Amino acid sequence: MTNDTVLQIEDLKTYFYTEQGEIPAVDGVTVSLQRGKVLALVGESGCGKSVTSYSILRLIRPPGKIVGGKILFFPSDGVEPVDIAGLDETSDALYSVRGGHISMIFQEPMTALSPVHTINNQISEAILLHQDVTPAQAREMAIEMLRKVGIPGAERRIDQYPHEMSGGMRQRVVIAMALVCNPEILIADEPTTALDVTIQGQILKLIKDLVSERGTSVVFITHDLGVVAQVADDVAVMYLGRVVEKSDVRGVLKTPLHPYTMSLLQSLPGLGHRGARLPAIRGSVPNLTDIPPGCPFHPRCPHAVRGRCDVGDRPALRTFSNGGQAACVRVEEIHPHVHEVGHSNDPRVAPATV
Amino acid sequence: MTNSTPAPQTPLLQVRHLCKYFPIMSKGFARKQIGAVKAVDDVNFDLMRGETLGLVGESGSGKTTCARTILRALAPTSGQAIFDTGDGVVDLAQVSEKDLKPLRQKMQMVFQDPFSSLNPRMTVGDIVGEPLVIHKLARGKELQDRVDEMLLKVGLRPEHRQRYPHAFSGGQRQRIGIARALIMKPSLVVADEAVSALDVSVQAQVINLLADLQDEFNLTYLFVAHDLSVVRHICDRVAVMYAGKIVELAESEELFENPRHPYSQALLSAVPSIDPDIKMNFDIGGEVADAGKLPPGCPFHPRCPHRFEPCDKVVPWLEPVEGSTTRTACHLYIPPEKIAAAGAAQAGSN
Repeated sequence: MTNDTVLQIEDLKTYFYTEQGEIPAVDGVTVSLQRGKVLALVGESGCGKSVTSYSILRLIRPPGKIVGGKILFFPSDGVEPVDIAGLDETSDALYSVRGGHISMIFQEPMTALSPVHTINNQISEAILLHQDVTPAQAREMAIEMLRKVGIPGAERRIDQYPHEMSGGMRQRVVIAMALVCNPEILIADEPTTALDVTIQGQILKLIKDLVSERGTSVVFITHDLGVVAQVADDVAVMYLGRVVEKSDVRGVLKTPLHPYTMSLLQSLPGLGHRGARLPAIRGSVPNLTDIPPGCPFHPRCPHAVRGRCDVGDRPALRTFSNGGQAACVRVEEIHPHVHEVGHSNDPRVAPATV
Repeated sequence: MTNSTPAPQTPLLQVRHLCKYFPIMSKGFARKQIGAVKAVDDVNFDLMRGETLGLVGESGSGKTTCARTILRALAPTSGQAIFDTGDGVVDLAQVSEKDLKPLRQKMQMVFQDPFSSLNPRMTVGDIVGEPLVIHKLARGKELQDRVDEMLLKVGLRPEHRQRYPHAFSGGQRQRIGIARALIMKPSLVVADEAVSALDVSVQAQVINLLADLQDEFNLTYLFVAHDLSVVRHICDRVAVMYAGKIVELAESEELFENPRHPYSQALLSAVPSIDPDIKMNFDIGGEVADAGKLPPGCPFHPRCPHRFEPCDKVVPWLEPVEGSTTRTACHLYIPPEKIAAAGAAQAGSN
């Protein structure tokens, strides 16, 4: 952990208790967010990326529960770190973190806004909750914020209702609402997935500008590897509730170590020849109630070896000489140019009996 | 069903001046029409047999409305959609409801959302077999056999027949939707965002499946999509729509290598590359034009970096680009004298 860390998630476990039994939606996730950087959490549906982000703000509701791990937030004013996972549900400390120091923008700008309140009502509510100002001052601050996120005619727009705005404008309002308390961390859960591609560019630029101008740190949740390439500094790839690969953005996208990341990148259309068969990943993501033993990716992995990949515990994340981390026992065999660094136990000595 | 093999270059479908307007009504007791949303406005294209034509555009561009109007899921306001049934041509825009039903066997649709497009109370066998039952084409053992055969073709198993949609993943559900569309042995398949809702790893499987089935059954696809990398992969030709009009119609490679219309250029530049060292264009200003309140002239002109004096006055039309098979609706590629003539004509008609 460096001094620059603003958020350190350690071995986070968020489980859901349902009729089908215990569902380990997030099962031992460790990631850290550097101050003024963008960390992307990437993966397909069910990988736990959204549950991780909801856990950071303690937005998990029963039957879900954070059952283990720490979420350490390091405020910039240098006081003691706060373990968000350990805060009391109704404590003032949690309320000041949620919406004050850390805020969130959601995927669907229509459902994230109340249809029966004006934009002013919704943004001012957040200001009045966290800051000691009058409603008139809050309104001024809200207008100022709408201008900053690029809404033309903010004085007029502020008295409108969400349905009077386009999708791109609504997402700007959601971002304005998240930023109005000047948070240190912004959690963006698929913020552009519902938007058109030309509008997506505008919103991504807004987020990038926030990072460079205000020094905001961002956790960016997405399934779109193109968006990751364009905005992220660091990337954690998730599969079935765990991080399987972690590195900087070039490491993950240009020299991926884990077979899941490699396969995902290869299966994207538009890279090879038109009409050629896409190297698809076989099968589909297993149900979380039925996680395969050993490496959970092994039934779909082109590099899986019987007796090594399909037995025992899930492989741990190991650090390699190119700076990346991956949770795969065969990294050195698939990539002969890298070797493990840091840990002493040599993984190449495979369990001979099985 | 006759299976005549037509000459290779006969179009399966010819769309001519197709329009679909939705009325805008005034408020109050006496509701009068005060305007129209020109969701599809004078669309023209040919769809060749065995080809895949992509229809791309942002939300509100009219791509889905266009596809649905062709299939007569929506009644067209005007224009023609001439469909080659194999034993003669019919204008889908004119044909009566009664005559439409048998034609529907030959044109089928695959929908975007594999969760809402399958009835949760029907078994997979009933869903896939229903078109055969409706059109009274098979029953009993034959129905079952054809359902089983189709399930195998799309990568499912006959024993899946007894199960309900909730037991399947998104990708498998989309296979069920494809089986339901193809069991009629259609010649035209409209795929409306058929892979958009799928995870990346599963999306590739379904794209491969669509390609295999096209080869096997000589299918013609009208592929409605917003994801340009998918379109680039599977389409032979692409029509780019903006505010109800086709603004560029080009061979797929040609469009992606050398887009002509400024809107196509903007759209392609905004696609995020997975290479962090290739920066996308973040700076496309403005918003998608509102089809109910179109600006005069070219609908893209308020956002266009290349606009010049005719752009806010004269509506451009699809015109061939010199030295290429591409056609585009942009004044940059239309000779000035033609623009002037069209301007006079358009001014006269208003």
